[in-house]
Amino acid sequence: MGTSVLYEVKTERGVFCMLLLLYLCCSGGKGELQESQPAQTSNRPTVKPFNNEPQAFPEEERASLPVFTMDYPRIQVPFEFTLWILLASFAKIGFHIYHKITIWIPESCLLIVIGLIVGGIMHTVKEEPPTALSSNAFFLYMLPPIVLDSGYFMPTRPFFENCGTVLWYAVVGTLWNSIGIGLSLFAICQFEVFGLQDINLAENLLFAAIISAVDPVAALNVFEDMGVNEQIYIVIFGEGLFNDAVTVALYSMFSFLADMPVVESTDVFLGVARFFVVAFGGVFFGLVFGFVAAFTTRFTHNVRQIEPLFIFMYSYLAYLVAECFAISSVLAIITCAITMKYYVEENVSQRSCTTIRHVVKMLATVSETLIFFFLGVITVTVEHEWNWAYILFTLVFAFFWRIIGILVLTQIINPFRTIQFKYKDQFGLAYGGLRGAICFALAFTLPDSINRKDLFVTGSIAIIICTVFIQGISIRPIVEYMNIRKTNKDKQTINVEVHTRVMEHIICGVEDLCGQWSHYYWKDKFKKFNDRVLRRILVRDHRAESSIVSLYKKLELQNAIDLLDTPIGDLSAAPSIISLQDEKKEASRPKKKFMAAEVRNMHDILSKNMYKIRQKTMAYTNKYNLPDESRTREILIRRHASIRRTVRAGSFRDPPERNIPRSQKYYSLQPGGDLEAAFALRRRSHGSGSGDVDHLSAHVQFAGASARSSSRSLVPMRRLNTIEEIKNPAEQPAVSVHPPQRSNGEDALNKTGPGSLGGSSLRGRRGPVPAPRRSSSDWVEEDANDSEDTGERVDPPQLPPPRGWVPENQDPGENGAGNALIRQSPHRSMRF
Amino acid sequence: MGSNSSSMNNIPNAEQLVQETGFSAAHILRLYERFQFLDKDDTGQLRPEDFGAVRELAMNPIGDRIISAFFSPGQETLDFASFVRVLAHFRPADSNRTRDGAQPEPANSSMRKLKFAFQLYDQDRDGKISRAELLQVLRAMLGMQVTEEQLQSIAERAIQEADFDQDDAISFDEFRKSLEKVNIDHKMSIRFLS
Repeated sequence: MGTSVLYEVKTERGVFCMLLLLYLCCSGGKGELQESQPAQTSNRPTVKPFNNEPQAFPEEERASLPVFTMDYPRIQVPFEFTLWILLASFAKIGFHIYHKITIWIPESCLLIVIGLIVGGIMHTVKEEPPTALSSNAFFLYMLPPIVLDSGYFMPTRPFFENCGTVLWYAVVGTLWNSIGIGLSLFAICQFEVFGLQDINLAENLLFAAIISAVDPVAALNVFEDMGVNEQIYIVIFGEGLFNDAVTVALYSMFSFLADMPVVESTDVFLGVARFFVVAFGGVFFGLVFGFVAAFTTRFTHNVRQIEPLFIFMYSYLAYLVAECFAISSVLAIITCAITMKYYVEENVSQRSCTTIRHVVKMLATVSETLIFFFLGVITVTVEHEWNWAYILFTLVFAFFWRIIGILVLTQIINPFRTIQFKYKDQFGLAYGGLRGAICFALAFTLPDSINRKDLFVTGSIAIIICTVFIQGISIRPIVEYMNIRKTNKDKQTINVEVHTRVMEHIICGVEDLCGQWSHYYWKDKFKKFNDRVLRRILVRDHRAESSIVSLYKKLELQNAIDLLDTPIGDLSAAPSIISLQDEKKEASRPKKKFMAAEVRNMHDILSKNMYKIRQKTMAYTNKYNLPDESRTREILIRRHASIRRTVRAGSFRDPPERNIPRSQKYYSLQPGGDLEAAFALRRRSHGSGSGDVDHLSAHVQFAGASARSSSRSLVPMRRLNTIEEIKNPAEQPAVSVHPPQRSNGEDALNKTGPGSLGGSSLRGRRGPVPAPRRSSSDWVEEDANDSEDTGERVDPPQLPPPRGWVPENQDPGENGAGNALIRQSPHRSMRF
Repeated sequence: MGSNSSSMNNIPNAEQLVQETGFSAAHILRLYERFQFLDKDDTGQLRPEDFGAVRELAMNPIGDRIISAFFSPGQETLDFASFVRVLAHFRPADSNRTRDGAQPEPANSSMRKLKFAFQLYDQDRDGKISRAELLQVLRAMLGMQVTEEQLQSIAERAIQEADFDQDDAISFDEFRKSLEKVNIDHKMSIRFLS
């Protein structure tokens, strides 16, 4: 523990130094611009002369062409903005250099700390706070990416399964919090002791609405790391998402009310009506733009470059239009993202899909980083009005109402849930209620007409910092200590997929039987509607694909790719071993055996690897990390690399496409089969190994033998997955035919030696066993090579396939290439 | 409750069912109404055809299996008690009930739930899901979307994944093991209306 603290301190210091440097860089630039703009007198002479001369006095007496000009004011805003983003991003890099920091301290805390430091520096040099965070800038540029991110990466299925609960907490919970906090603060304001009588009810409610927005990033990260169960996760996630919408709606309502001199009772009703207009209007616009976006991407397959653009433009458009009508733009963009995601991802190419995901993540991360960063800066630089009573009571009430709210709301919702929330879960829910970006931004954008604005800003900042630091840091140990229900959401296997689906069908069926509906019923209905109507309209290739099939495809692809990397790599070592010509068979035997063992070992490694891959694909979206798929991409690249390697190695493998299915079969080969494979390998290596030394006859025969043996070894692997089937056809010939062949192959023993030609033909005739060599697609090329080496006399047996399997008939034509074929045809005609 | 008890009297063995299955009286009553609704010819026995009359169930890809799961082998009809007993599998596990040794495992334990799912595959009741049985279910669920070859290989892979003793079939133990990461209680529970 001691060391880790030390490290943290060290890293933090490192980060700080870095930031300091960076800040010095940019503060220099900023210094000028601030000076040049308000035309203050500069107390710090910098490079200003360069800066101002050309533009301030363009037509001076000596109007010579300036060689070097600088027009800083022109680029000031974007330049500053870029520097801020860079600074924030560097900070992020810094945190992740030493990973343990972010495990124990949430990133938002660190960002705020950095912001505080930078703000402190700015304060000491009397710098003005960044202008970027005006009301408009926040709502038009910084909020949309964050919300789009949450909407786009929302785990749809658990969300819809818990839809009611999520909305219940988000809407009712937020209302509960804001009204509760607002009223109790208003009560506090009645005490003359605190000197707060000038804050009226509407303003209190407004403030309460601001600070009741829960921003659970930190909690989510913790929950995700620990694998807290799906229900809690999605409820917190959804709550954070939708209460933004509620809060913004409430905010606009209350700020309107706060402006009005007299509030009449009809206004309250109008306010309620407006609330619904705001909410449903947002959903409506979201749906409209979502479907339009999906429909558009149906036609973009010829312009892949701009595909991702549509996603952003349409969701932004939804946001702006909603904002224009003063309805919930947050809801609009969320709905838009959820609606279009499903269809868009089917329409766009894999690459565009990746781009979309990356850009969404990137924008959201930048926005959020900046917001927390600014939070720190502004905390230091802005004027504060500090009122102990008000702020302390705010904190107390915020905690109090949150906990009471969760307890009460859960008691109400629990009877309607299949899986009920236990007290531990409720505590997790309540404690996860941190305040964050939205709260801060709303506070900062309070209208100036509110006379205690400074107090509200201070109060919001106080509550954000308190919750983020205290709860954010303590939530992990507490959740760990309490051991909140966890689920293992990973390990995605075909079995799980299939069986889960079966169970869903069962539940659905039994519910039908009992005549009751649940979300499965609605899911079913929607799925039908979706398949019949929506997909036809919105998706270009609208054949419905079961998730089982797609998962299967994904897994098989990964599986195959993985195998390409490992055991094939191992097999490709074979030629090099073959090339060790003078190696004795005794020496080579253990080597081959080892290889077989290695193959088995690799299967082990493989299965572990695959487990990990599946785990990855299942992972929930983290606020800052892209969810899945990245792994697949990487695998694809690796696969290409390995294919290239194969081709370059140039030798004995056939076109890479065919490797995939075959290697799968290798995978399905049970351990017993390996020995046989090793056997074959060894024999083949003899053949070519003795190639130079031996006389031709031996070669001829051996070529046949090797072909046979290799093919035999392959037969089981390619076609059959169970040993029982393999063994019989394979073993039988191995016993009967092989021993003589092998002895033939060796020059020393050479039983049939003299009659070499006869021997070969004899072998050819005897051949029913070995024929499969043709179809054993991977060795064929090599065999052809072998036979070329050894000369034309080879008559590779063109024989009826053994009973174990059926060769693919198109193969012999193309694959049994080379001169061997010439010889074969007469034989074939003779024989058949 | 008072009004319930009057109609409860019509139900044979109602009290015993409540005890046995853990359903509340209100549940039982509602299920009984449903039972009578399904029982078109008022014999007090349900036949598979009665189940088939539920339109949604008929459209369920594994509907026939679900139906046959209600009937023990060789039995053509189903009385209310057995009906409720089967449904008891789908009650959410109750956390507060203490497990006393005397009582056998309740129907809504996750083991029994799993068993129910397992038996849906295992049509010949030999305690194993053979490849053919798995294929049948897959075929039912995937329908026309996939080629037979794909089905084969999916089944092959599923068996490979789960089959630890290399007998080319999935025994109940293997089945349970392959699903041990799934929260069975969440997946196989219905909130029965009362």
